[in-house]
Amino acid sequence: MVDAVKATVPGGRAPVSSVVKVPGGRAPVNPVRRRKRRQWLPYVLLIPAIVMELLIHIIPMLVGVLMSFFKMTQLYLGNWRQAPFAHLDNYRLALDFNQPAGKALLHSFMVTIAFTLIVLACSWSIGLFAAVLTQRPFRGRGIVRTLLLVPFALPIFASVITWNFMAQRDTGAINHVLVNQLHLTQGNPFWLIGGNSFVTITLVVIWRTWPFAFLMMSAGMQSIPADVYEAAVLDGAGIVTQLRRVTLPLLAPVNRVLVLVLFLWTFNDFTTPYTLFGDTTPAQADLISIHIYQNSFGTWNFGTGSAMSVLLLLFLMVVTGIYLAFVNRRTDSA
Amino acid sequence: MRLNKIATAAVAVLLVVPLAACSGSSDTKSSSTAKAGATLTYWASNQGTSLDNDKQVLTPELKKFTQQTGIKVNLEVVPWADLLNRVLAATTSGKGPDVVNIGNTWSSSVQATGAFLPFDDATLTAIGGKSRFLAGSMAATGVAGQPPAALPIYSMAYGLYYNKKQFKAAGISSPPKTWDEFLVDAKKLTTPKHWALSLEAGSKTENIHTAFTLSQQQGGSWFDTAGKATFNTPQNVAAIKQYIDFMQTDKIVNPSDAQYSNGTEALKDFATGTTSMVFWQAAQASLKELGMNPDDIGVAPVPLPATLAAGGKPVTSMVAGINLGIFKNTKNKDAAIAFVKFMTSKPEQQMLNKTYGSLPSVTDAYSDPAFQTPNLLVIKDVLSKSAAPLPQVPGESQFEKLVGAAMTTLFADAATGKTVTSAQIADVLAAAQQQVTD
Repeated sequence: MVDAVKATVPGGRAPVSSVVKVPGGRAPVNPVRRRKRRQWLPYVLLIPAIVMELLIHIIPMLVGVLMSFFKMTQLYLGNWRQAPFAHLDNYRLALDFNQPAGKALLHSFMVTIAFTLIVLACSWSIGLFAAVLTQRPFRGRGIVRTLLLVPFALPIFASVITWNFMAQRDTGAINHVLVNQLHLTQGNPFWLIGGNSFVTITLVVIWRTWPFAFLMMSAGMQSIPADVYEAAVLDGAGIVTQLRRVTLPLLAPVNRVLVLVLFLWTFNDFTTPYTLFGDTTPAQADLISIHIYQNSFGTWNFGTGSAMSVLLLLFLMVVTGIYLAFVNRRTDSA
Repeated sequence: MRLNKIATAAVAVLLVVPLAACSGSSDTKSSSTAKAGATLTYWASNQGTSLDNDKQVLTPELKKFTQQTGIKVNLEVVPWADLLNRVLAATTSGKGPDVVNIGNTWSSSVQATGAFLPFDDATLTAIGGKSRFLAGSMAATGVAGQPPAALPIYSMAYGLYYNKKQFKAAGISSPPKTWDEFLVDAKKLTTPKHWALSLEAGSKTENIHTAFTLSQQQGGSWFDTAGKATFNTPQNVAAIKQYIDFMQTDKIVNPSDAQYSNGTEALKDFATGTTSMVFWQAAQASLKELGMNPDDIGVAPVPLPATLAAGGKPVTSMVAGINLGIFKNTKNKDAAIAFVKFMTSKPEQQMLNKTYGSLPSVTDAYSDPAFQTPNLLVIKDVLSKSAAPLPQVPGESQFEKLVGAAMTTLFADAATGKTVTSAQIADVLAAAQQQVTD
């Protein structure tokens, strides 16, 4: 993080702006005193934001961490102040990979990693492809771009429940096309249970996610000046070389944020699998957020659920930290 | 200067508004309870065809209650998918409704949280005495020997619903009594385009309800008398195997049923004639609602083994139903008890159960001829003679979740062409048993 700040400072003009005259035009009577008196104001203005941040983010998170050290089962729901201290029992249960609970968590974690990597790679590639295709102005470009954004703009529930209908075995549109029209398989395959459920959830999430990648990269491409491409063409660069040598390097700042955001969103996605599969998630598509939810609310064991959440939080923090450190070092050396 | 003042005022407003909003709600609550005409909050479960339908059914009844007692009732109908979580949240926060409907299988789990007001003898007497209620339904109100956590208001039991017309066409004169007869009939009814039986095989609750009944017939149990989980027993394995084999070996169930999970799809298939049989709880009203000709609806007890295994019980259903409980934190305890008394009174029991197609949970309400129809009498007979309550132990909700999830996975395996063996079922049950926490 420190590196990132350092990197932005040379371009910034922060010290200059404080000397700029008041737009009102009156000559400042006593600039030093005036500035001193105003100094507390920004901090006061920040207070509501800080209070809200504490209330909405920090405190619930700390409560979750606290809960993970207690035996918070159904017996203590009504009088949770009396819940016994559990030491590291909840963590031990979650991390003992020889026992069913730990094994299931590890399985769910692996499924989620595979799911996240596939979604990330596909969403980013499709997004880039679409952004490049719509980079040059053409007739109806606005309409095409808007249409491409539809999956992202639709309310999650509405779009995913439609996928649920389409993925039904006997009455769904997917099997109608694959089996009845194209005769690709014999017998109707299942899409919502068994091994195919992983394919279904991955496809649905890619379908929902790539327009965001497209949007971000399209926005980034707007700021690439056309003359850079002209120069590249004069130097004999083809489309692929232009993409590799001009577009991608100039998009790097956008992509740094984009990849991180997509990773976190996908990894933590709850609404899509929950809407698609309902209350019974197939083991092959047991994503980790659903898994933790089922462990907390299904068995009324909020201590174990919290411990799993804390482990997930630590993992995501480590990944994010490594990613930022890696990306920033590359920027510095470049 | 002026700017500073404005900014300060703005900050003050921003800080105070959320606080005021927080405290406002609790203020109004405490002041309203101080008055004589108390207001109760009631969370009703979804018994009708929709949440709106429930509201239409209940609102006029609640008005009657207000007229009789001067107590107002705020009604909220909570969908089944949210109800348990809402009850849990209310339990944890201590702020919730005054009275609430729960599925009767949750009674012991909810009782263990200590969030509900126990119906001790004094309270029961105020309501009209324990003996008014059906003994079977009273067995599903909490751990045996403890005061009930919630009282039954709607009672139900499973029956084998069959399509009379299709039975006749297949040359079957009477519904099957044993599983052997059931399979013979089912195979007669199954054709390449028609399945004999539909199952809600993706639903955890439906799966464990059936697993419970079949295990009882095998002489098994899911918890021992001390309340410890005993999932992995040969009897339970056999029960689940029998159930999954309907799809896997006997092939009388459409594999697609493995993805039926919202609690209506199997019934819909039966109502539309796509299948000829379904195991369901008091389904008459819903079937009519779904457009099935009432003359075609037949119902019989769920079949039994021709000869019961050692220790096997002639159980054909769980004791199903809805219980009404009072939150311990209520500030209107007397009003809440008056409300429970009203809801379990003879006229309300007759009126509400008639509308919902369920059975009254108090004996005196059966005088109404609406509960004397042949189909309802079958269900009533099952409830009083061959129904057993699900294990009334605090770990019951974990049984529903763990074994229910395991069974949906097994069904998914069977549906997608893998073979489910007894050994595999035993493994799955052992894993589920290890995850039960007490």
